[in-house]
Amino acid sequence: MSQAGLVVKKAGPLALVQDAGRFGVGHLGVTQGGAADWIAFHWANWLLGNPLNSAALEIVMGGGLTLEAEDEVTLALAGADLAATLDGKPLAPNASFSLRSGQELAFKQPRQGLRAYLAFPGGLDAPEVLGSRSCTVREQLGGLQENGQPLMAGERLTWRGSSQPPRTLPENLTPLMPTSGCRLPIVLGSQVASFSGNSLYQAFNTPWQVDNRADRMGIRLTGPVLGGTLKGIVSEGIPLGAVQVPPDGQPIVLMNDRQTIGGYPRLGALTPTACATLAQCLPGTQVWLTPVSVSQAQAAYRRQFAHWISD
Amino acid sequence: MKLRIETAGMEALMVRLFDTIDVSNMAWILAADQALRDAFGEALVDLLPSYTTLLLHYDCRTLSHLDAQARVQDALTGLSPADTQQGQHHEIPVWYDESVGPDLERVAKRAGISIAELIDQHCQDDYCVFALGFAPGYGFMGLVNDTIATPRLTTPRRHVAAGSVGIADRQTAIYPLPSPGGWNVLGRTAVPLFEHAKRGEPLLRPGDSVRFRSISRADFEAQGGDTTPMEERS
Repeated sequence: MSQAGLVVKKAGPLALVQDAGRFGVGHLGVTQGGAADWIAFHWANWLLGNPLNSAALEIVMGGGLTLEAEDEVTLALAGADLAATLDGKPLAPNASFSLRSGQELAFKQPRQGLRAYLAFPGGLDAPEVLGSRSCTVREQLGGLQENGQPLMAGERLTWRGSSQPPRTLPENLTPLMPTSGCRLPIVLGSQVASFSGNSLYQAFNTPWQVDNRADRMGIRLTGPVLGGTLKGIVSEGIPLGAVQVPPDGQPIVLMNDRQTIGGYPRLGALTPTACATLAQCLPGTQVWLTPVSVSQAQAAYRRQFAHWISD
Repeated sequence: MKLRIETAGMEALMVRLFDTIDVSNMAWILAADQALRDAFGEALVDLLPSYTTLLLHYDCRTLSHLDAQARVQDALTGLSPADTQQGQHHEIPVWYDESVGPDLERVAKRAGISIAELIDQHCQDDYCVFALGFAPGYGFMGLVNDTIATPRLTTPRRHVAAGSVGIADRQTAIYPLPSPGGWNVLGRTAVPLFEHAKRGEPLLRPGDSVRFRSISRADFEAQGGDTTPMEERS
């Protein structure tokens, strides 16, 4: 196909093709994957009038990623502020913008948040593997080459639709990047009772620090040492956001690319909204684990989707 | 079997049927898997069976938590165990050699037997596939004979080659992809587990049975096996 695209001049540390995730195949041992900040991802698609699940580029840190347009195109950017520029001029996050042939889009470093989402007309063109275009490096699944490889210099990004009249994000709905001291709602799980009283008090009443051992598989939190009566459990399925506590007492929040089953006791699971927040936290950010009821969490989740579906 | 329906997350229920690992659990886990798939239909996002549980991820935009719990309860009331004879039997050829099975000697020594006896032991039983997880197409199998049961490495390897066959305690498994791992590696198979999983048709499914068969280097190579030695523990 001779369709115009964007050429990757410089790849940066990590840019991945992501859609909402690979669902319905967890029983094969295949991880969920998908945009880690799914809220920003959906907004990026919404800005272009795309189907919400259209594949976009998840850009982590920025770090010099540079793309050159081969023809005129309208794109949208949402999520982290990675100091993006168009031919050297600053671009505002959470908005659409147009490129002309030969113009360069570059991402420098995180100013707020960690992951930006770049949406394309009709979604990025990449082969579907097991029902999704999401790129999972560890599983060698998805992405442009169908082998889980992150974006490489010299590759071309093409898209599946044509530019539509873009939308503007209402100011009161603009996704805010987390700041230190933010709250992460957690739904408590059945193993919570196996933790000591003191551990539970500390878990929910002391700030946790986001560790630098953090990736799309899991994010470690450091703080007080948690413990209880369970040391290990029979391996069981792991939901998104599960807060597992290995023997060293420091929790790990299991994210989109987590292993499907595992055997450490869990406090519960962060809500999907909290996972999106955590995915934008730089190492060193302070966070609080705040228990919520399932019904509160689901109500907030449905309200979030209503923004995208109501029009 | 004792059904417990627990909250595992905003849109996830842990359906707990047993407390300990046992081959006899499988008939119930498989029956529950089918019953839950039928009961939830389109509202089912993912269902992950394991040794004693099934993690059910439902679509909370169409179903409330209470409704989901009730649906699980209804689906599993009066459940009868599945016919485990329907599982497939697989014979997996393995090249057991110290170049690709760097833990052969240590595991044998620990068991107080020779490497040849260890290989015989690993090949003498039919193993049950309990669950898929960890990586696409990775089957947790067991239970290996007590004499050769060996705990995981204290420090996992950073790189375990694809096709590696290992044991951890009384479990045994094959790594479909190169990955970090802490299992004791005894040999390597050329069977392409990952390629099957990538097509959505895993070779091993829960309830299947597996027997390993020792083959020569020449046979392993003829099957397309990669003889690159495993890097020593790093």
